[in-house]
This record gives sequence, C-alpha cells and structure tokens, in this order.
Amino acid sequence: MIDMKGVHKTYSNGVTALNGVDVHIDSGEFVYLVGPSGAGKSTFVKMIFRGEKPSTGIVKVDNKDLSTYKERHIPRVRRKIGVVYQDFKLLPKLTIYENVAFALEVIEESPKVIRDRVMEVLDLVGIKDKARSFPDELSGGEQQRVAIARAIANNPKVVIADEPTGNLDPETSWGIMKVLEDVNNKGTTIIMATHSKEIVNTIKKRVIAIENGRIVRDEAGGDYGYEV
Amino acid sequence: MKFNTAKRHLREGSKNIFRNGWMTIASIGAVTVTLILVGVFLAVVFNLNKFASNIESDVEMSVYLDPTLAEDQVQSIEGQLESIDKVGSVTYSSKEEQLNQLMEDMGQTEWDLFEQDNPLSDTYTVKTSDPHDIASVSEEISKLDGVDKVDYGQGTVENLFAVNKYARIIGAVLIVGLVFTAIFLISNTIKITIIARSREIGIMKLVGATNSFIRWPFFIEGLLLGVLGAIVPVALVLGGYYYLSNNLTDNISIGFVEILPYAPFAFQLAGILLAIGAIIGVWGSVMSVRKFLKV
Repeated sequence: MIDMKGVHKTYSNGVTALNGVDVHIDSGEFVYLVGPSGAGKSTFVKMIFRGEKPSTGIVKVDNKDLSTYKERHIPRVRRKIGVVYQDFKLLPKLTIYENVAFALEVIEESPKVIRDRVMEVLDLVGIKDKARSFPDELSGGEQQRVAIARAIANNPKVVIADEPTGNLDPETSWGIMKVLEDVNNKGTTIIMATHSKEIVNTIKKRVIAIENGRIVRDEAGGDYGYEV
Repeated sequence: MKFNTAKRHLREGSKNIFRNGWMTIASIGAVTVTLILVGVFLAVVFNLNKFASNIESDVEMSVYLDPTLAEDQVQSIEGQLESIDKVGSVTYSSKEEQLNQLMEDMGQTEWDLFEQDNPLSDTYTVKTSDPHDIASVSEEISKLDGVDKVDYGQGTVENLFAVNKYARIIGAVLIVGLVFTAIFLISNTIKITIIARSREIGIMKLVGATNSFIRWPFFIEGLLLGVLGAIVPVALVLGGYYYLSNNLTDNISIGFVEILPYAPFAFQLAGILLAIGAIIGVWGSVMSVRKFLKV
C-alpha cells in the first residue's frame, strides 16, 4: 500500500527531518508511529499525502510514485487518503454535515450520494445528532469524530492520523481509538502518529519508532518504548 | 464541471455572504462609498464636458463681403463657401437685414439716416462641422475673391479651446485616479476578509479540493459583494439625477446651462457603476484567494 525508499527530507531552513527512511506498509494494516517530538513523525506522514515533497527518495502510495503527479493533480492523491489532525482542521463556518459533505463535493459526487454517505459516516462515528451544529459548538472529542468522518467519507484506502488524541482527555481518546479500529476493521489502512504510551501499550499494533529522521524500531505488536 | 458542482458553488458563494456577517458589511460599505464618489464625479465631469462642447459649437465666423459686389457674385461666393470641406452651415444676411436688426437692438430711430447710405456689408455666417477647424477655414475663406474680412473672435476662441482642452485632460486624469483608488480600496477590503479565511483555504486543499473548486465560491461571493455594494450608488444616481434634471434646469435662468438628458445618461451611468462594482468585486476576491492557493 505504502512504500518509501531512501527518503530524505531537508527543509529550506536547513533542518533535516527524514534521513533515509525505508518502509513498507501493507493494505489493511494499523501502524503506530512513535518517537520523540521533532523526530520526523509529522514529516513522515506528510510524505504520504504530499503535504511535503521528499528531497530525495521515492514515496509510493497504492503502487504509484507520488513524484509522477503534476502539481495540479495533487488533489487526486489527497482524495485517496483521509487525514485526521491533532487540531481537527474543521471548516469553522460550515456545519458538521457540510464539513463532511465537503470531502464528497470535491470529488463531484451527486447530491443524493452525498446525503446518504454523510449521514452514514456521521452515524458510524456516533455523532449523527450534531449534524446541524457548527464545530465550535462541539467538544474536542466530538470534533475529532467529525474529522474522522470527513476522512473516511470518500472511502479512502489509507487514513492518516497525526496525533489524533493529542488534544483530548484520556477517556475521550479511547472513544476515538474505538472509531479508528472500526474503520481499520473495514479494511482501511491506518497510520497513526502518537505520543500516547497508554494507547500503544494497550491496543497492540505494529509500532514504527522514528528518531533523528531514521526508523530505529519496527515491530508487530510492539510497545511504546519511551518513558513519558 | 458538473451541473451539481456549479449549483454547489453558487450556493456556497451566497451562503458566505451571510456567514461572514461583519466582513460582508465592511466590503459592501467600501464598494458603496467609493462608487457613490465615482458616480457623482462622473456625472459632474460628463456634464462639464457637455457644457464645454455646447460653448464650442456656438463658435462661428462672420464673412464680410466687399460692398461693391453684384448680386450674382454674392451668390457665387455662397457656392464657394459651401464647397469647402470642413464647412458645416452657411447663412446669408444682407446689409439691410443687419441694419434693421441693429436698429431693433438699439431701439433708436436716428439710425434711419443710414438707410440712405448703409455702411454695413452683406455677410455670410459660417459654422464649421468641427469647431476646432475654425481658424484654418477662416484663413481659407479670407483668400476668396470678394471677401473683405473674416471675423470669428480670433484670440478669444483659441483661449476657449485651450481652457476646454486642459479641463478635459484634468477631468480624465481625475476619473482614472478615482477609479483606481476605488479598485484599490475595494479589493483591499475584500482581501482582508479573505485573509481571515486563509486557514480555511488551507484546510480545503488538504481535503483534496482543486484550486478552481476553491476559487469559484469566492468568485460568486465577490460578484455578489460588488453588485450589492452598487445598489445604493445606482439608486442615488437614478434618483438624484432625476431630481436634478427636473428641478435644476427650470430654476436656473441662464440659458446655456443644460445638463445631459436623464435618459439615457443616468442609465448609462448606473450601468457603469454596476459594472465597476461587479468587476472589482470579482477581481478583488479572486486575486486575494490566489495567494493562499499555494499550500
């Protein structure tokens, strides 16, 4: 599903975020991405949805080299991938319903399909009754559910979650993890960058640890491995 | 683009007008204020121009004929005058007619004496098609046989033309300057409302929206802002000019003050304001969005 070969990334300010990353992630996997702050986790996930371009190396998603896409076709890459952010990134002036519908409007789905699918995913993340509310009327956990609903609305093959529970209290975090597991159980690949030792050690999945821009550990069912 | 997507853009663009409450009001306010200024100014400048043209079109020359000419020679000069290219109209007035006119104007009867020995000349009054040709035409006419003297108010007329010319240039420069100021002011206000939404534009891109998908609702929104902002100026122009053309002309006794007729001028002016509003609205919003599309 996702392949990286010899990926380096040096930002224009001289900071090297990735320093030779090779990784293969299969379709349907659930992967934790752990490591200290500034180790390159965010850059790693940005590589996958073309939030950043690698300085050298190849990133393949669904067997397609991302560097072959022209700048104006990047939206096509992003439509295959749902992204969930720590700060939710919902559109503040759109209702919950409209936020989720937006992901389907950009792929020009018919209004009927959009209506059905939006209600379906809102139901899936358990927030159907808030469809008419605006983001700032919701709690953090609820907003993150909306973000997940938006990420999965157009049936992407991969969902990337960049510290999805980073802004949430522990109890709410478990609810979000439950939703992500449900999504994963339907066959969607999930890559989740996280700092939560509790989550990683409780819900056992493949763990990839990144330090100083390199993968230092990659084990199935691994531990978080850092003292918090 | 699919029809449903076009409908979606229209819907979103109009919705933004309401959801951005104060920013919308600020933008519409900027459009309204500047367009009122532009409208008033255009009305004044166009009318001054008309006024200047009226004065210019009154410029004419008197061609005094040699008093010794026979009647058929006088006739033949009329033919020669009319055959000159730039001549617009030729009117004949005999020395008797002129004397009568003079006596009527003066209201005195002592002039009767002159009826025996009329010192005046037979005269042709000539207008050129373009008033600016008056000097060259008068020179040409003065060379004709049997023409004694040509008088068009030499000097005064040239001054008049010069004054009008500079007035027109100044008017044009002011209009251009004002329109540019309007464009700058309006597009800046719109830019501010969009900068406030740069984060949203970034989010849309991350969700997989293409640039044109993001741009269209802003296009619609800008168009609506411009048109809504033009409503008050257009109403003011139509109403105000109606009032002026009905009252001003009647009350001012000086005959040559005459403003451009309500139809079609007020409608043309209203159309110009509406067009400026719409174009600037669209331009301002599309240009501002462009900056944030590079995510």
